[in-house]
Amino acid sequence: MNGAGKAAWLNALRLVVVILAAWQLLYWSVGDVALRSPLATMAFLGKLVSTGPFWAHLGETSRAFAGALLFAIVIGLSVGFLLGLNRFANEVLEPVLVAVYSIPKITLYPILLLMFGLGMSAKVAFGALHGVIPIALFTINAVRNVRPVLIKSARTMGLGPLATVREILLPAALPEIFTGIRIGFALTLIGTLLAEMFASQRGLGFLLMNAIGLHNVDLIMALTFILVAFAATVSSILLFLDRRLHSRA
Amino acid sequence: MTRAALFRSALFVLVVALLEILCRVGIIDKLTMQPPHRIVIDLWRILASGSLNAAIAKTLGNAATAFVLAMVVGVASGVVLHRLKLVRETLDPLFATYYAIPIFAFYPLLIILFGLGDAPQILIGFMLGVVAVIVNTLNGLDRVPRTLMKTARIARMGPVATVWSISLPYAAPYILTGAKLAVAYSLIGIIGAEFIMSRGGMGYEISFAYNNFDNATMYPLILLILLVSITINMLLARWEKRLMIRRGQR
Repeated sequence: MNGAGKAAWLNALRLVVVILAAWQLLYWSVGDVALRSPLATMAFLGKLVSTGPFWAHLGETSRAFAGALLFAIVIGLSVGFLLGLNRFANEVLEPVLVAVYSIPKITLYPILLLMFGLGMSAKVAFGALHGVIPIALFTINAVRNVRPVLIKSARTMGLGPLATVREILLPAALPEIFTGIRIGFALTLIGTLLAEMFASQRGLGFLLMNAIGLHNVDLIMALTFILVAFAATVSSILLFLDRRLHSRA
Repeated sequence: MTRAALFRSALFVLVVALLEILCRVGIIDKLTMQPPHRIVIDLWRILASGSLNAAIAKTLGNAATAFVLAMVVGVASGVVLHRLKLVRETLDPLFATYYAIPIFAFYPLLIILFGLGDAPQILIGFMLGVVAVIVNTLNGLDRVPRTLMKTARIARMGPVATVWSISLPYAAPYILTGAKLAVAYSLIGIIGAEFIMSRGGMGYEISFAYNNFDNATMYPLILLILLVSITINMLLARWEKRLMIRRGQR
């Protein structure tokens, strides 16, 4: 491992220690009414993962998230390539994408619920809605920034449009597209959870909201910990891969 | 208007007209969606009657509080972190992955901690916005030219005076980028939290209307939120562009 990699690991380790210490201090100052210590949370988590219903809820959330991510990536890449290759269509539609990106998308969730009904498909649609725009925007940018000489050589060599995408555009634009997918991953997860927290009968988001009503602090702490730890771990890995892709290009 | 903007408007009119027709013929049934002209009329009626003024004021007021908190804490933390290299390096991985963390997952915990008042919602809006402000403030402070700092030292300015009259003004356009994000995030945070669980506000009214199949209230409110957030974001983007052009940075 080189020096920079070692420093990054050390930083991450220090951060984890700082967060755990802050958590413990917060627990000492607030007390048992509303918080649990890191140790108690881990202990409860250990019990939680040995129960059946937990795995059913986790499975539900995972399926919704995986479906949403798949849609977000496929639609995001298609829109990104179409708009990235067509200058005028991009000029017309990119501002629309940017505007939708910054609105509180939760307001659109009731409409999706009325369209799809309460259940898996509304969750998937809402999760995908969050992830699709960053993926599309980054892909547009990536495709537009591919050096024109590459595209011209593809045309000289008689490559068709699909072959051009596969052989030239995708490899050249990959680092940027990966950044889009990294952000899309995070937002899709957030969207899926929001959907479950607002209206759902199953899933970790539902379990979390249910725990408020039961004033089950143990469960709230454990679930919040799982979700945050999962999101932070996966995006750290994606960020690491992202930086490697960019430094190679 | 440019040709693209003209096309965009035409496309918008076309989509609305299509929705109107689909609703009128009954392909989209009344329980799913009201025809667009009805939504606009209902929105006008609601705004004129003033029945939701309290909810609108609550949401916008909370969003403004969250935004101001995020700006003050964000800029102050940015200035402090800029001086403490070790703390900044420790927090860097947190900043890099912060927006991947589902902040809304903390909402139940905040409700348990603070009760179901305004505080948990404002905190969610604040938590969403503050890191964008910190990161952009740091980014701006990193770019202050060394000559300016040297000039400050020659003029025997203290650290506070240097930050106040040299570093922060220079970093202003970058801080504005952070502010733009913080505005969007505080609105998203407040409305999202109201949606999930709350006792009032626009998000609450929408979810209340949804639970009562009251489309005549729900759709106008959705339209209102979209109009408000798009208008605010567009105004800020335009202002930022003007500032950048004036500085010759774009």
